[in-house]
Amino acid sequence: MNVQGKFGPNYAATQQIDVYTDTREVLAHAKRNARLRGLQDWFVVDIDAHHVETVSWKEVVQYIEDPVIRDNAMRYQSERIGGPPYGLNGDLGLRYQSVGGRIPHQDDQREKVAETDVHRDVVLTRRAMDSLGVDNMVVFPTPMLFLGMHPQPEMEVWLGRAYNRWMADRILSGDDRIKTLVYLPFNTPQEAERAVEEFGDHKSVIGFCVTSTRTKPVHHNDYMRLYRMIEERGKPLAFHAGYHWQDPSLATVNRFLGMHCLGFVWCNMIHMTNWILNGIPERFPKLNTLWVESGLAWVPFLMQRLDDQFLMRQSEAPQLKRMPSEYMRDTCFYTTQPMETTHPKALENTFDMINAKTQLLFSSDWPHFDFDLPQMICDLPFIDEQAKRNILGLNAARLFNLDPTPRKNLFV
Amino acid sequence: MNEYSAGKVDDYQDGDRKVVLCGEAEVGVFRIAGEFYAWHNRCAHRAGPVCQGRLMKRVLEPVDADGQVRAQAYDECEDHIICPWHGYEFSIRTGRHPGNERVRLRKAELIVRDGEIYVRA
Ligand code: FES
Repeated sequence: MNVQGKFGPNYAATQQIDVYTDTREVLAHAKRNARLRGLQDWFVVDIDAHHVETVSWKEVVQYIEDPVIRDNAMRYQSERIGGPPYGLNGDLGLRYQSVGGRIPHQDDQREKVAETDVHRDVVLTRRAMDSLGVDNMVVFPTPMLFLGMHPQPEMEVWLGRAYNRWMADRILSGDDRIKTLVYLPFNTPQEAERAVEEFGDHKSVIGFCVTSTRTKPVHHNDYMRLYRMIEERGKPLAFHAGYHWQDPSLATVNRFLGMHCLGFVWCNMIHMTNWILNGIPERFPKLNTLWVESGLAWVPFLMQRLDDQFLMRQSEAPQLKRMPSEYMRDTCFYTTQPMETTHPKALENTFDMINAKTQLLFSSDWPHFDFDLPQMICDLPFIDEQAKRNILGLNAARLFNLDPTPRKNLFV
Repeated sequence: MNEYSAGKVDDYQDGDRKVVLCGEAEVGVFRIAGEFYAWHNRCAHRAGPVCQGRLMKRVLEPVDADGQVRAQAYDECEDHIICPWHGYEFSIRTGRHPGNERVRLRKAELIVRDGEIYVRA
């Protein structure tokens, strides 16, 4: 037996990971696993990661267009204590994300950042990309995901535009590996159109985002001009899921676990149902939609439900020329996370039903508690290497017109 | 397989944990109620750094004779290591997930010799 450490034990530098631990240390195993799987040479796109925009809220509010609201917000951010960041409604559930501190990176990332040439969020995003094995990362906000439920629709307009401008100025300019889907103030259709006009041609804007937590009908006539504009630009429209614990349908659910399981899927199930039954894919055949962060298990469920009922009640969805599931398979794209992996046969069936080889795009949701890793796609036993490469990056390259040359470095 | 020093027995108070680098591998050594346990620092979920997570007691929800619940409680006899990546919890004594015992950590061989602790990896 070869005895190592004759001069004493070699303890790991980090004995307990906490909110101060460097992202590279938290994800050290991920990097090693990505290297072991040869991902250095694969093009990998993460369609859904997050930053916590409220950490920079003092900066963001300076970009509010309305001068009165801007002044109010800036004064609030510098003087007021005891309230949440200016203008944000948030959700009760945000308090429970880390399971009482068991998952520290979900609570905060207070790690040291010495770099001063770019925004702190750029540094954190680079660290995440180079640890997870990602070449391009799409960054979404976090508490802003609830803005669609704000009682003042104009607040979504003010803050949405401020955020888009701040993103372009401070984050996207820092590293062209970071991409974004423009926040659309969807509760005010004309302002959503304005956001498409204003930000749609930015080189790091690869699409548009509706945060799904809202009660607006996606099929309302008010949105048709918006969809036409997006279709003409050739960039996809994403529906980014979120929960809303105050939703009456969740009124009896007392555990975050249950609320999160249902809430993150429910909003997209409703939007998808309306999207398909009102024939939006028939009206805008070149408009690609992407369904983000609801996992995948809901898709076969909804396909089966809609197909069965549609055949009995075709007159209620007369625009449809095909089965609902065919629109869901052929005109919609899906992101992987949180990929349900505890029932492998069901997952295999899901991949089959959504035609994952062409329609599925990897997403991590880093740094949230249920984040996924590229290795999970590499390790799937029921798809071939080409399908894995497609899901990890090539489908995204096609959909978003990205250069599929790997940019990360897993060996530094 | 090599043998790696994990320090002296006396370096460990009850409830202590030390993560030891063992070449390519990493092992977490724990002292609970006077006993030592060693687990590979690779979570059964996605190979995350499980041994570098928080140590907490198992959570229980006592049910009274009427089938009702009022408060949660900690099981003072069951120490958990909680993976910081996604929160999977494991009994430090058995290495098993409390909700599904098929989900478990990989044991590392631990030797106590002349007041010193060694792990094999
Ligand atoms: S890797 Fe440990 S909980 Fe996921």
